[in-house]
Amino acid sequence: MYEEKGYLELEELKERIPSKERLKKGPVAIIECIQEIPCNPCQSACNRGAIKEFKKIVDLPLIDFEKCNGCGVCIAQCPGLAIFVVWEDYSDNNALVKIPYEFIPLPEVGKEYDVLNRKGEIVGTGEVIKIQSLKTNSKTKIIWIKVPKELCMEVRNIRVVDEE
Amino acid sequence: MIKETDVVIIGGGPAGLSAALALGQTDLKVLLLERDPFLGGQLVKQTHMFFGSREEYAGVRGFEIGNLLSESVKKFNNMEISLNTTACGYYNEEDMLLAVHNDEELIRIKFKKVIVATGASERALLFENNDLPGIYGAGAVQTLMNLYGVLPGKEVVMVGSGNIGLIISYQLVQAGAKVKAIVEAAPKVGGYFVHAAKVSRLGIPIYTKTTVKTAFGKDELEGVELISLDKDWNEIQGTERRIDCDTLCLAVGLSPLTELLWQFGCKMRYIPELGGHIPIRDGNLMTTNKDVYIAGDVASIEEATSAMLEGTIAAVSASESLNCASAELLELRDKAFKKLFDLRNGPTGEKILSGIKKLEEE
Repeated sequence: MYEEKGYLELEELKERIPSKERLKKGPVAIIECIQEIPCNPCQSACNRGAIKEFKKIVDLPLIDFEKCNGCGVCIAQCPGLAIFVVWEDYSDNNALVKIPYEFIPLPEVGKEYDVLNRKGEIVGTGEVIKIQSLKTNSKTKIIWIKVPKELCMEVRNIRVVDEE
Repeated sequence: MIKETDVVIIGGGPAGLSAALALGQTDLKVLLLERDPFLGGQLVKQTHMFFGSREEYAGVRGFEIGNLLSESVKKFNNMEISLNTTACGYYNEEDMLLAVHNDEELIRIKFKKVIVATGASERALLFENNDLPGIYGAGAVQTLMNLYGVLPGKEVVMVGSGNIGLIISYQLVQAGAKVKAIVEAAPKVGGYFVHAAKVSRLGIPIYTKTTVKTAFGKDELEGVELISLDKDWNEIQGTERRIDCDTLCLAVGLSPLTELLWQFGCKMRYIPELGGHIPIRDGNLMTTNKDVYIAGDVASIEEATSAMLEGTIAAVSASESLNCASAELLELRDKAFKKLFDLRNGPTGEKILSGIKKLEEE
């Protein structure tokens, strides 16, 4: 399906998503990379060795969800910007989603913005909690967004500038 | 002016620069010709992080790779770099390559080996009014935007969903334009899924099995009419729909820039999988003219990482033929072979491999 439309349905991502039990335990990275392309920067991005070693450069990245602590250092190391961190039980009602972001203006911390799903549809609003800018990230920012819990597997983008 | 050199490299893009990097480690006299006023080729406007292997600059933005390579190449004492210089002809009788410097000075070059790394040019698309102002090749849009800081338009329709079409759509949004649609004639998105996902979550629709039928506008582009295609690529009447836009960007593929290779008398073959007419070459990237080597998009339309590896292979092979390849260089070439094999060893490399197989069957 993704080959015709360009985006994944949650259904197609099943195998990439950690178990319900693991999601309860705390933040965890999800790599939405399902096509064998020659690309390997993610495998050496994790200090904890949670991204399993590749045999071939075209191997798909697989996360050892038990080793991953959701720190998100891998997010902006992915040239495809395909890594996200989801923290389902961030608070009673909200989850936290960390996304890579490469646009200006940047959102403001503490403000509420429209949040978008994989096809760019607005699915709700979320509050920006933090903007991370790591040296290793080559200017790609990581935005922490607080979203309603039920949207944590949907939200993958934020709309900072309203369209006229 | 007549220049004499051991090896000429034509083109200072990723392939030519990598060739220069290898040749810089020899005692050979090297002349690097570049048409633009700067080195880097297409790398200078690639603002996205590159894929490929960590060892081969993956994760680094394209223009930064260009800078890294250029700076390294400039340090070699055996290297003369001639910018603003277009290699424009080869004369068999004189065995001389002709180049024009700064649009006025003719340089005649005597050489032992040449590495042709001229890259590719963009293909156009046939439709009504395709000459209206506002209709651009994707390369031009990227050059205007990322090199000169000029936004070519506000509302854009992109034709082609290969990596170039997807990446430039994303960069247009970064630059502040609205991309209204990406149109793809094939039934599937051509580029990497992750690039498609990036533009999809911005809300840009990708219309597969669709093409541009007509462009509208009096003095400049005002809109386009799209039409759906059936499985045999025929237009489906009644599916026409109009999208208003001031810019149409064509990212419909590349053709190898092979003019010089024809002049060098290299045997050519038409292999669509490799981008059209391409030179027959051996595993070391030597053409049927034993003094002419090739690397990068002129050899086959692929991408920058493979172009860099081919640059290394061609340069070491040319040095070897002049008995100037050290053990280290030969080892470097072995590694490049291995890496090139690995890069192509997945579904996205199938097309190139099938093209190379056709070439070998000859």
